[in-house]
Amino acid sequence: MSTVIRPAWAGRPKPVVLALKAVTIVLVLAVVVFPFLVVFSTSVSDNEAVTRAGGFVVWPSSLEFDAYRQILSGGVVTRAVVVTAAVTAVGTVISLASTVLAAWALSRPGSLFQRPLLTFVLVTFLFTPGLIPLYLVVKELGLLDSYWALILPSAFSVFNMVVVRGFMMGIPAELLDAARMDGAGEFRILWQIVLPLSRAVIAVVGLFYAVGYWNAFFNALLYLSDATRWTLQLVLRTYVLQGSALVDNTADTGALPPAQSVQMAVVVIAIVPILAAYPLVQRHLTKGVLTGAVKG
Amino acid sequence: MSAPMVSRTARTPQDVGVVATQPRLPLLARLRRDYPLLLMITPAVVLLLAFVYVPLLGNVIAFMDYQPYIPIEQSTWVGWANFQTLFADPAFWRAVVNTLQVTVLQLVFFFPVPIALALLIHSLAWPWLRTVVQSVLYLPHFLSWVIVVGFFQQSLGSGGVLNHTLRNLDLGTISVMSDPETFKLLLTAQVIWKDAGWGTIIFLAALAAIDDSLYEAAAIDGAGAWKRFLHVTLPGIRPIIVLLLILRLGEALNVGFEQILLQRNAVGANAAEVLDTYVYFHGVVDGNWSTGIAVGLIKGIVGFALILAANKAAHLLGEQGVYARS
Repeated sequence: MSTVIRPAWAGRPKPVVLALKAVTIVLVLAVVVFPFLVVFSTSVSDNEAVTRAGGFVVWPSSLEFDAYRQILSGGVVTRAVVVTAAVTAVGTVISLASTVLAAWALSRPGSLFQRPLLTFVLVTFLFTPGLIPLYLVVKELGLLDSYWALILPSAFSVFNMVVVRGFMMGIPAELLDAARMDGAGEFRILWQIVLPLSRAVIAVVGLFYAVGYWNAFFNALLYLSDATRWTLQLVLRTYVLQGSALVDNTADTGALPPAQSVQMAVVVIAIVPILAAYPLVQRHLTKGVLTGAVKG
Repeated sequence: MSAPMVSRTARTPQDVGVVATQPRLPLLARLRRDYPLLLMITPAVVLLLAFVYVPLLGNVIAFMDYQPYIPIEQSTWVGWANFQTLFADPAFWRAVVNTLQVTVLQLVFFFPVPIALALLIHSLAWPWLRTVVQSVLYLPHFLSWVIVVGFFQQSLGSGGVLNHTLRNLDLGTISVMSDPETFKLLLTAQVIWKDAGWGTIIFLAALAAIDDSLYEAAAIDGAGAWKRFLHVTLPGIRPIIVLLLILRLGEALNVGFEQILLQRNAVGANAAEVLDTYVYFHGVVDGNWSTGIAVGLIKGIVGFALILAANKAAHLLGEQGVYARS
């Protein structure tokens, strides 16, 4: 048995309580995991299995990857994946750079204009600019139908900056003073001392940004009118939620993978990067979130 | 959910030390010393200016008759006309009512769930089980609304697993995904599925921070599990409950824009229109730009007032609030 951390005074809980707890845990986990299972199972099922299950397969009886081959061999989904990956990569770099630089600059009390600049940044918590004025600004800047419209308006998150700054304020001053004595400039201190120490919080904030870009749906709907520029979430909405045919069924005979499998394969492709990135930062999540969120 | 609290960290001992030991340098000397920091903050300042401050100024269009192909400076001022049009529109009031209904439902049904889940996770005696449960429960938070709505369709929709099973058992079908009557409950259920697990983080931290010796002392004094919960656990997490409740109230007018936008067609505008979707459909799609901005402005002002009021309430209750009292 694994180690049980139960203090001596707590006593052993009653069997009824334990059973209730076990049932609740299993139910909660099942409710979360079930849709993932259905999506994956359906995506790897063949025509027969999908028909038998009436649309969605709960447990796969076969492992057919035709659906994936179909959507990744060029076409709408392939393009959307490439576009979304590029927007996510470029966006995350820009976001992290502006956030880390701002957090470091604002974590130096007593520096020139630190107080007014901090106020300037934090005050934006209190105001939401509104959808249409923001749209008009993006339009005036000539960013409509440009991928920059998906990046720049949401590039800098004050919340994430506060998280990073909260962490940086905790770095021992002696460390920084020593570097300063050695004649290191601000950029060098940030790069060589602060960044290596802040890896965990930067990983968490990086995940927040990357997930934000990868999952963004509405800004693409608002700013990109040209369907050839669609991002993955727009493709998902059109072909999965609204059920438009992704594969031209009229052109071919029965050799095509079932429509549901193709749809669910798109969903899987949209989830996999998140599942892949998640374990890398998972152990830092609590720390990262709480650094900025709760102080005292 | 986890709205940030601006900490009081601006005054660290380090800060005090600097101010106390160094005489104030002349501006030019400080500029020479600190210009790298000013360079560093520049990208953030530019982004905030362009995408927060300038759009805020754009709210003046609420008092204009704005047409997309006429430059803003040539648009005519119309005073409160846009607001009068707005207040005369039943669809606007429908959106106000729907927004408030969704907020109330989420306060009643969503808000307690993370607390209950956190208590459950905290009570697990095996550390590995805790880790597994936490890892699984945090995950849905990172999915997009498109995917979450898709999940619900596949599970509960007319062609989904639930209705297929019901049909096989000759029990008829239920239209969970397209029933306007229960739509707001569906929204709440989706928010619970997506974010209740994530919401436990802050409560788990609060639970972990409770001093074990308090439990021990209570147990020695003869307090049973329920009494210990009532007199140790609950007071321990009360501040964070109050704080999050107040923050949620400050966000009363923000109710899952993307989530509702994606499902509005399934149930119709009457049941699904909230303020944000009203701005989008009435303002952007139908081209009533100025009235759309008027809604945004009202929403912004009410939201601002709610945050200030919520914060005031937090201070009155002896909590720290969103920002420090300075």
